[in-house]
Amino acid sequence: MPFIPHTQEDVAAMLASIGAQSIEDLFDEIPADLKCGGLEGVPAGEPEMAVTRLMHERAAQDGFYLNFIGAGAYEHHIPAAVWQIVTRGEYYSAYTPYQAEASQGTLQLIYEYQTMMTRLTGLDVSNASLYDGASGLAEAVLMAVRAAKNGSRRVLVPGTLHPRYRAVTQAVVKNQNIELVELPFDPASGITLLDALKSYEGQPSAALVIAQPNFFGALEAVDPLTDWAHANGMFAIAVVNPLSLALLKAPGQWGGAGADICVGDGQPLGVPLASGGPYFGFMTCKQALARQMPGRIVGRTVDRDGKSGFVLTLQAREQHIRRAKATSNICSNQGLLVTAATIHMSLLGAEGLKRVALASHANTKVLIEKLCAIPGVTRAFNAPFFHEAVLRVGSESGEVLRALRAQGILGGYALGHDFPGMEDAILVCATETKTGSDLDRYAQQLERILSRRREAPPCAYKS
Amino acid sequence: MLIFEHSHAGRRAQAQAPQQAAAADDLPAELLRQEAPGLPETSELDVVRHYTRLSQKNFSIDTQFYPLGSCTMKYNPRVCNSLAMLPQFLSRHPLADADTGQGFLASMHELQEMLKEVTGMAGVSLAPMAGAQGEFAGVAMIRAYHELRGDSERSEIIVPDAAHGTNPATATMCGYTVREIPTDRQGNVDIEALKAVVGPKTAGLMLTNPSTLGVFEKTIVAIQKIVHEAGGLTYYDGANLNAILGRVRPGDMGFDVIHMNLHKTFSTPHGGGGPGAGPVGVSERLKPFLPIPYVVEDKGFYRWAEEADCPQSIGRMSAFGGNMGVLMRAYIYARLLGREGMHRVADYAALNANYLAVELNKAGFELAFPERRASHEFIVTLKKLKDETGVSAMDFAKRLLDYGYHAPTTYFPLLVPECLLIEPTETESKETLDGFVAAMKAVKQEAEADAELVKSAPHTLPAKRLDDVKAARELDLAWKAA
Repeated sequence: MPFIPHTQEDVAAMLASIGAQSIEDLFDEIPADLKCGGLEGVPAGEPEMAVTRLMHERAAQDGFYLNFIGAGAYEHHIPAAVWQIVTRGEYYSAYTPYQAEASQGTLQLIYEYQTMMTRLTGLDVSNASLYDGASGLAEAVLMAVRAAKNGSRRVLVPGTLHPRYRAVTQAVVKNQNIELVELPFDPASGITLLDALKSYEGQPSAALVIAQPNFFGALEAVDPLTDWAHANGMFAIAVVNPLSLALLKAPGQWGGAGADICVGDGQPLGVPLASGGPYFGFMTCKQALARQMPGRIVGRTVDRDGKSGFVLTLQAREQHIRRAKATSNICSNQGLLVTAATIHMSLLGAEGLKRVALASHANTKVLIEKLCAIPGVTRAFNAPFFHEAVLRVGSESGEVLRALRAQGILGGYALGHDFPGMEDAILVCATETKTGSDLDRYAQQLERILSRRREAPPCAYKS
Repeated sequence: MLIFEHSHAGRRAQAQAPQQAAAADDLPAELLRQEAPGLPETSELDVVRHYTRLSQKNFSIDTQFYPLGSCTMKYNPRVCNSLAMLPQFLSRHPLADADTGQGFLASMHELQEMLKEVTGMAGVSLAPMAGAQGEFAGVAMIRAYHELRGDSERSEIIVPDAAHGTNPATATMCGYTVREIPTDRQGNVDIEALKAVVGPKTAGLMLTNPSTLGVFEKTIVAIQKIVHEAGGLTYYDGANLNAILGRVRPGDMGFDVIHMNLHKTFSTPHGGGGPGAGPVGVSERLKPFLPIPYVVEDKGFYRWAEEADCPQSIGRMSAFGGNMGVLMRAYIYARLLGREGMHRVADYAALNANYLAVELNKAGFELAFPERRASHEFIVTLKKLKDETGVSAMDFAKRLLDYGYHAPTTYFPLLVPECLLIEPTETESKETLDGFVAAMKAVKQEAEADAELVKSAPHTLPAKRLDDVKAARELDLAWKAA
């Protein structure tokens, strides 16, 4: 029996001790008419060797692609040491560190992680992580509404925010009658202009969300946006790519007073793409908001000998103590992913992360230059960008991407679905993982595909 | 020592980053960082050694018996990890088209189908990233169902007092008021109290079965009838699904919506706090509201169902669809076990729990519900010991750590004083359980002979008893150089 150690003798001895005739007897409190049958819909069990073969076949079926999609999840090199340590059983198979004295490894690691995130984001306090960046933003919005002195249940959200972040936040907060108001973006630059905010002056809102870089990879004017939020009595919530912070101004330094809450997805810090997860959401904030934070938080304290040690703290905010009055229902953090990120950040350090950010940005710039040299390809927006940008290819982007895929290239993310009027637009990202010949290959294939489409446009009846 | 204290200016793990720092002169100066973030400057060996040593300060399933009630700390098969981490699976971008991931999507679809079968539900979505998020999705579906019918007066969710804290917290997150109902002496929901609170305001009832008291809710059919007749829906908290896997299905018990904790029942790793995975299952009438995405199959082609496919969906729970790697591990586990293995999960979890309960009882420990059959877990109350010796459940738990056993869950459920909630799981051997009984006896004897020894425990761990009060009063949440 896989994973069950009992011998027949064990079972007999245990049943005798219990005073039961059979294992069946142990379920005698379940009403007989509720008992189910044989689970015919589940296949028979297979030995490890057969399942291994099956999964290798499925993996081979999926194969590898030359990937230029970013859009919130980024392909970066992950040092081998990261996941070899993360999958040590002592991290992998431990529970939430409720028994602090028996969990000092996990607790100290989270404290180190919290320290790194406060330094990266320039804010005072970090929690031990949330599920992902999008649900992290939903929690930040709830937090801002709880803390808002003006009592407003309205939050201003830029049109340049990742559409999936908006969707997740909406799904979470609508149940509490919180209104998300979408701000238009400037079609020329692809960023949020202060002018677009003018009409919201004098009307109370709980917070303004600022994404940096925004979904298009474009860099927002974060200083005036943050100042505007504060001048109008609302919190500034930063949504950032943590890797970009090796290079870009920390949210704690935005404007005169800094963003109040910062969230984002930690995936670029040592977490593989893996079809979408598990990733982790991070959240940091100013000291004054610490007790409004959702999720686990680790604090440093002393033991009875006065020696330094670590515990879960501020638990009075949490569901297992406060129940219906908790700040959130969340009870997990993405522990293993935080473990990965902490080791990743330690290995790379500030200089290493900056080099990754710069190399990714440099590769994207070269790629954009090469692609824009192809007739019909132009940049969609003129604002400065970081390691990701929108191109218009003058042809329905879904079809172009399909043609690229047939050549083993994932050319980017088509924007037409989320942004009407951008049916020919592709969000493109090249990280430090791409070589010069990778970039050339993409450019050559795109040129070939577009020129063929110009010479022989697709049949109108087909589309 | 913290990793920051290993730091030396200018030291780096040279092999890990691009050798040349490229320029970024196209970026406006006012958007750039002026000062580098204070991250550690360490060599690769520094980092490997530091985090390997830290790991050795943890208890884990791989190193200790971990009978943490309600958490299902059973063996996490290694092959589930190695196969979920095959490079093709790890390198696939979440927004890559479905035709680049048919192997992956087929696995997810099969997992959905298997979960439907073992729960008896009509539809399953894998989207929620943890049990608590599954609860959120479940209650949001209840809300969406009532709203679509124009039944807008329903503003209350009923929750038994024994419930996990996530139940009332979730109801609040979904904009509901919580009505708590008591438990009777046998550990069942107090039916009369339930009848007194249901009515036109009832949106639904959230129930764990077997309950957090480790007993099967015998009147489940009557409970369903009371709530359904009042127009409410019933929610099954699947935290204890492992106790009944292959024996009885939530769908057959009449539940409208459920969540499952795959990190419990399907043995995906707990990872020091996460990631989990909390798929939801629904009855036919709630199918239109399932969270997206979920996998649909069309003539052998698999793809994610999205907004356009399910306009009444409660929406997305995450940016990229869920904790795929966790779901993959659960799928691999399910294939290894197969249908006969599913039955064995509940069978041997129940055998181990009942054996351990009986043996502890014989050793002089008081069971909270001695007349009831244990499910996969059970409760010991140390109230008498506390009254006699001053040794609390917390002290007792700390001393168990010295014996090399992770402590059971303490002080939950809240309604049993000085309780230990003990869940051995099916993957532990009789010898391990016997060893644990011996340690429990030894600690009890110590408490009776030398209470101070137990009250000041632990004595042999990397840290002695830690000061929680100081931690909360004098917040130190991030390191600052002295």
